[in-house]
Amino acid sequence: MDQNRERRNLPPLNLHVPEPRFRPGDTVDFSGLDIEAAGTTRRPDETASPADMRDMAYGLVRVLDDEHRAVGPWDPRLDGETLLKMLRAMALTRAFDERMFRAQRQGKTSFYMKCTGEEAVSVAAAFALHHDDMCFPSYRQQGLLIARDWSLVDMMNQIYSNRADRLQGKQLPIMYSSKEASFFSISGNLATQCPQAVGWAMASAAKGDTRIAAFWCGEGSTAEGDFHSACTFASVYRAPVILNVVNNQWAISSFSGFAGAEATTFAARAVGYGIAGLRIDGNDPLAVYAATKWASDRARANAGPTLIEHFTYRVEGHSTSDDPSQYRSVMESDEWPLGDPIKRLKRHLIGLGLWDAERHAAMDLELAEYVKNCAKESERNGVLGHGLHQPLDTLFEGVFEHMPWHLREQRDQMFAEWEASKK
Amino acid sequence: MNMVQAINSAMDVMMERDPDVVVLGEDVGYFGGVFRATAGLQQKYGKTRVFDTPITECGIIGVAVGMGAYGLRPVPEIQFADYIYPALDQLVSEAARLRYRSAGEFTAPITVRSPFGGGIFGGQTHSQSPEGIFTHVSGIKTVIPSTPYDAKGLLIAAIEDNDPVIFFEPKRIYNGPFDGHYDRPSKNWAGNADAQVLEGYYRIDLGKARTVREGEVLTILCYGAMVHVVSSTVAEMGIDADIIDLRTLVPIDIEAVEASVKKTGRCMIVHEATRTSGFGAELSALVQERCFYALEAPIERVTGFDTPYPHSLEWAYFPGPVRIGEAIKKILKD
Repeated sequence: MDQNRERRNLPPLNLHVPEPRFRPGDTVDFSGLDIEAAGTTRRPDETASPADMRDMAYGLVRVLDDEHRAVGPWDPRLDGETLLKMLRAMALTRAFDERMFRAQRQGKTSFYMKCTGEEAVSVAAAFALHHDDMCFPSYRQQGLLIARDWSLVDMMNQIYSNRADRLQGKQLPIMYSSKEASFFSISGNLATQCPQAVGWAMASAAKGDTRIAAFWCGEGSTAEGDFHSACTFASVYRAPVILNVVNNQWAISSFSGFAGAEATTFAARAVGYGIAGLRIDGNDPLAVYAATKWASDRARANAGPTLIEHFTYRVEGHSTSDDPSQYRSVMESDEWPLGDPIKRLKRHLIGLGLWDAERHAAMDLELAEYVKNCAKESERNGVLGHGLHQPLDTLFEGVFEHMPWHLREQRDQMFAEWEASKK
Repeated sequence: MNMVQAINSAMDVMMERDPDVVVLGEDVGYFGGVFRATAGLQQKYGKTRVFDTPITECGIIGVAVGMGAYGLRPVPEIQFADYIYPALDQLVSEAARLRYRSAGEFTAPITVRSPFGGGIFGGQTHSQSPEGIFTHVSGIKTVIPSTPYDAKGLLIAAIEDNDPVIFFEPKRIYNGPFDGHYDRPSKNWAGNADAQVLEGYYRIDLGKARTVREGEVLTILCYGAMVHVVSSTVAEMGIDADIIDLRTLVPIDIEAVEASVKKTGRCMIVHEATRTSGFGAELSALVQERCFYALEAPIERVTGFDTPYPHSLEWAYFPGPVRIGEAIKKILKD
């Protein structure tokens, strides 16, 4: 048989390369986006079998409706005081971001990353977790530290790599670490924290502890092999862990289609692993709280892990080194159909009669002032580029518990070279 | 004990002493490991301390790092060193840097055990010696034993160490010391003085080399299975060489190396790993920098060739008695 002749009759193969719907200059229209109405998604029991909740991976848990009322089975029925605290922590996170972004533009630090539009994902989750549950964040969950009342000055010291920086200027700005706040050391390598969180949770379970772990990674990072390992381990050992995928639509310049979003949801990854999966409105603080609480109750009941896809939008550039107008329409963030998490909670509280526009404006002013004062306090410890803030020895400390001979020798050589250069 | 039993005993001793020591890896649990190194441990300590894992090296090490951050002392196994590469990101970017990047807040007190080295007709992916990849990473210690006695003492010290340790086990000498004569019947450890392993706890500090044989005319630096190939070749040739088993590559016992080369004036380095950018290059540079005026001949390196590890031509590739013997003749001629 002449295979070559036969093939002539076949249509040529073609390679599909995903393309986002809107590029710079395009008019944005999200009306085609399938968004379920708030309150319509069912709420299974916390110990439900993953096989009985597959629909959850394709739905969208939403609590706040278009009139900003809390509706449906996922309404966590939080008291007003807690809601106000949550609102404040989200607003503080945004004020912190604004100030630190400006500090980078002023040359006070080398780098910064905002989480604008994604404040609910970390802040509301922190409210649903215990203070000593271990968080394995990516670089865009500063809200966890802020919701846990961690010192802003301490965070800024790290950003400025100044003499008060607990990390001794060793880490790129925003790669925080706080064991005290149960906030794991951030790594620049994407998705590595995923199996680590699962391992931490496995250790907690093996020891008969009651603490659980949670990780956060972006939708782009789900393409990493470590994400697959984490899901497999979490499933196999029924680890008490929450696997948060923050789907903010963009991984630097690549839209979520390059992580597989054209074919399915990220919550649907859970189906294949036999893990409970929830897809939620990540700009709805009450939905984030309710889903996290559901998942933590599930984990604490030894019923296993939960994968939560937080459907949200990255309003700002990826980092201070990025210009999103080069790859996406500037209209996107304004047109985003799930709105802004702070505005939505604010309007919800106003609707409850617990808040008003004047108090909100006053709070924003107060928080901006507070952040400014924190920045001033931190800047008294120095900012990046103003001299060497750390003792030179620290360069060699902490590679190992005890400094081996070759590092001592290199340290001494460095000192000698510095001394010689002064002559 | 043979080397596998000694390694098993080290884990047994440490699991008994420290409830935070856990063992994980592919086939290490119920089955006891493909080389039997973890045999009986799950039965003795239970499934939450010794357990089988999915086949994902990045997962095994990633999970171990997380367990270490919790406060456990994990001893993960990578079935063959040839399969450690999927875990490189977790080892290089995470375990090695965790203490440094968190200024000591979090640490990775893990000991990664992995059989390595050739001489068993393992072909390309059951024979490699990737130690040079790890000695290049700051924050990791690399340890390679050559006898059952050392294997137990070094493994106990590695598990007790608060830093990540890569513990490469030369699988060719698991059951007996291999002298490089592949055509002769293989020996086992029975009756060998280095195989008289104490039952209980003892440790051999990391960073300390062992003088295998004292001599005057030549220093040979080696580790793993090569210690035995070198010793036997030297004995057969009747060479009065100083043989040093490095045992720990990082941090290296520089005093032992320097003292020996300054005494003999000649230095030869033998390892199975490929030559270019192998650990021998670092050894050679250290000796050249520190012993330059004592050297009477160029430093010789006998290593694996810069090719993937072959199957049928194994004995042409392996740095055996022929290759080592020729190098000894050459270095002594100068």
